[in-house]
Amino acid sequence: MDTLASLADGFAIALTWQNLALALLGCFLGTIMGALPGLGPSNGVAILIPLAFTLGLGATPSLILLTSVYYGAMYGGRISSILLNIPGDEPAMMTCLDGHPMAQKGMAGQALSLSGIASFVGAFFATWGLIFLAPQLVKIALLFGPAEYFALFALAFMTLGGVSSTNQAKSAFAAALGLGLAMIGVDTQTGVPRFTFGEVHLYDGLDFLVAIVGLFALSEVFIFLEHRHGNASGDAAKVKVGRLTPPMSMLKETTPTMARSTVLGFIAGVLPGAGASLGSFISYSMEKRLVDQNGKTFGKGDPRGVAAPEAGNNAAAGGALVPMLALGVPGSGTTAVLLAVLLSLNITPGPLLFTQNPDVVWGLIAALFIANFMLLAMNIPMVGLFTRVLMVPPRILMPIVAMVSFVGIYGISGSSFDLLVMIGFGVMGWVLRKLDVPLVPIILGTLLGNSMENNLRRAITIDNGDWFTLIDSPLSLVLWAIAIIGFVLPLIVGRKVKAQMHQNRDEEGAISD
Amino acid sequence: MSDRIFGAVGVLLAIGFAFAALAIEESFLSDAVGPKAFPLIIAAILGLSSAVIALKPDAAPEWPSLPRLAEILAAVVVMVLYAQFLPVVGFVIATAFAATYLTWRLGSGLIASVVTGVGTSLGIYVIFHLVLGLSLARGPLGF
Repeated sequence: MDTLASLADGFAIALTWQNLALALLGCFLGTIMGALPGLGPSNGVAILIPLAFTLGLGATPSLILLTSVYYGAMYGGRISSILLNIPGDEPAMMTCLDGHPMAQKGMAGQALSLSGIASFVGAFFATWGLIFLAPQLVKIALLFGPAEYFALFALAFMTLGGVSSTNQAKSAFAAALGLGLAMIGVDTQTGVPRFTFGEVHLYDGLDFLVAIVGLFALSEVFIFLEHRHGNASGDAAKVKVGRLTPPMSMLKETTPTMARSTVLGFIAGVLPGAGASLGSFISYSMEKRLVDQNGKTFGKGDPRGVAAPEAGNNAAAGGALVPMLALGVPGSGTTAVLLAVLLSLNITPGPLLFTQNPDVVWGLIAALFIANFMLLAMNIPMVGLFTRVLMVPPRILMPIVAMVSFVGIYGISGSSFDLLVMIGFGVMGWVLRKLDVPLVPIILGTLLGNSMENNLRRAITIDNGDWFTLIDSPLSLVLWAIAIIGFVLPLIVGRKVKAQMHQNRDEEGAISD
Repeated sequence: MSDRIFGAVGVLLAIGFAFAALAIEESFLSDAVGPKAFPLIIAAILGLSSAVIALKPDAAPEWPSLPRLAEILAAVVVMVLYAQFLPVVGFVIATAFAATYLTWRLGSGLIASVVTGVGTSLGIYVIFHLVLGLSLARGPLGF
């Protein structure tokens, strides 16, 4: 009952005109960003963060805006999957498989509305899951000391490659690179400068927002320049959308699918290193195995094949917020970006967030519910509007993305030096994406590096310099065990899942959800 | 081959990082761990993973042809110039030029690029500066 009372307080916070307007704006922008190939949830949120700051929004309003974008992008990704057979973002990849065949059969409108409903179901129940699971996780996390936190951070990095990792060595490289970048600047405990090479700009450390925008947004611009994908990827106008409401029988048929996929997707989202792409992938494959053993209808426009991945990825998006809010350790790209927002606002996510800033947590959760209803309303009757957005060619879109990135970063610091660092990160992001090195561990490393080091040093200082304190308690032993299993397991079983998952994604798809 | 070079660069980076970590001057007031230990652990992981990448390379990615590579390089140069000239000539002019260039290189015609570039610049200026009140770089002309 406590929870429901807090939720009611949350609604009181979220239901101001400003917050409602921000949620509406976020949903709208998010859906567009999700729908446009080349812009996904992580880079969409990334380019908006600096703007949220320079506009002077407080913690709760900024988070409401940005998580609405996140949820919106999860909805929007399906539009281009269905109409163009090109996933608008990575989690929407699986929706292509049955969504586009449905569109070819002249049922585009039904596929869009059905997937909109499935998205709503997934996100709605996942938000409830978040409400009930996060406080439980907080209770466990309150038992954590510095040594356990250090183990938890290690766990996050080691499992980040996850079952879908292409190469664990590259994930480890990315994590170490991110951690190394976080070390730049004055050491917080002793006050000595590290890795600054005498450059005064570096004494404060690298601003992780600069790194995020460079890696996620600018590298995308370079990818487009490389391939000169200047024209719109297809002609969405040619596809006849048709009837916009799914028949009752179709809804009835897909209800059990949505229920199963929501549960699966949510679990996938909560687990570290999984995220929405995996959520939609396992939902789809599970559903296929369950209802279509002979492979007769799936892949040929089966409505269940549209409902499953959409419910799955939206549920996973909600699930991924659980570890981010409760532990301060995000498991996916976009939640890592959201963590950056919290850190820049001087809010430390983790168990104390729920007691120290309950207004932020519950206001955010209430806003998620509101955003969800807005998205449902936006995505069914107004889907025609979003299909028209798909016709904006990248040669116009990408320069806007680049310029807005520059504006945002310049707005924060007003320094050209930061812009140069951002360009550097953009180039680095492009090279690393070519080499198939995941970018998310880099971001997570720059975000968590300092707090990981502080926990290590605190733990050892408390124990008078004894390094074995790190594996002293049963709790930290469990965490280390999970971390090691999470790192080794993909080496053994990962290849198969990976091969299936990467079948139909583009080459530089290193930007995940 | 790409991965072998990448791994080798990574190993060099790790060695450089380790040396830079060893060069950190410790202050007389230090905790039990000190400022060097964690960076050294990171350098070790960086080096190990780079060595593994070099020894067990993946298939090489498809690198762009030389003209495409020059394209990206040119875009980088334009962006660096943009960053340098932004405080000098002001937001609107600098952005119009940069956006025009990028639009042109992504395949618009010349006139269309100029129109899009100026439009992008003015659009951002109106939305972010005039409507939302964000402070953008001011040039000698006041915008």
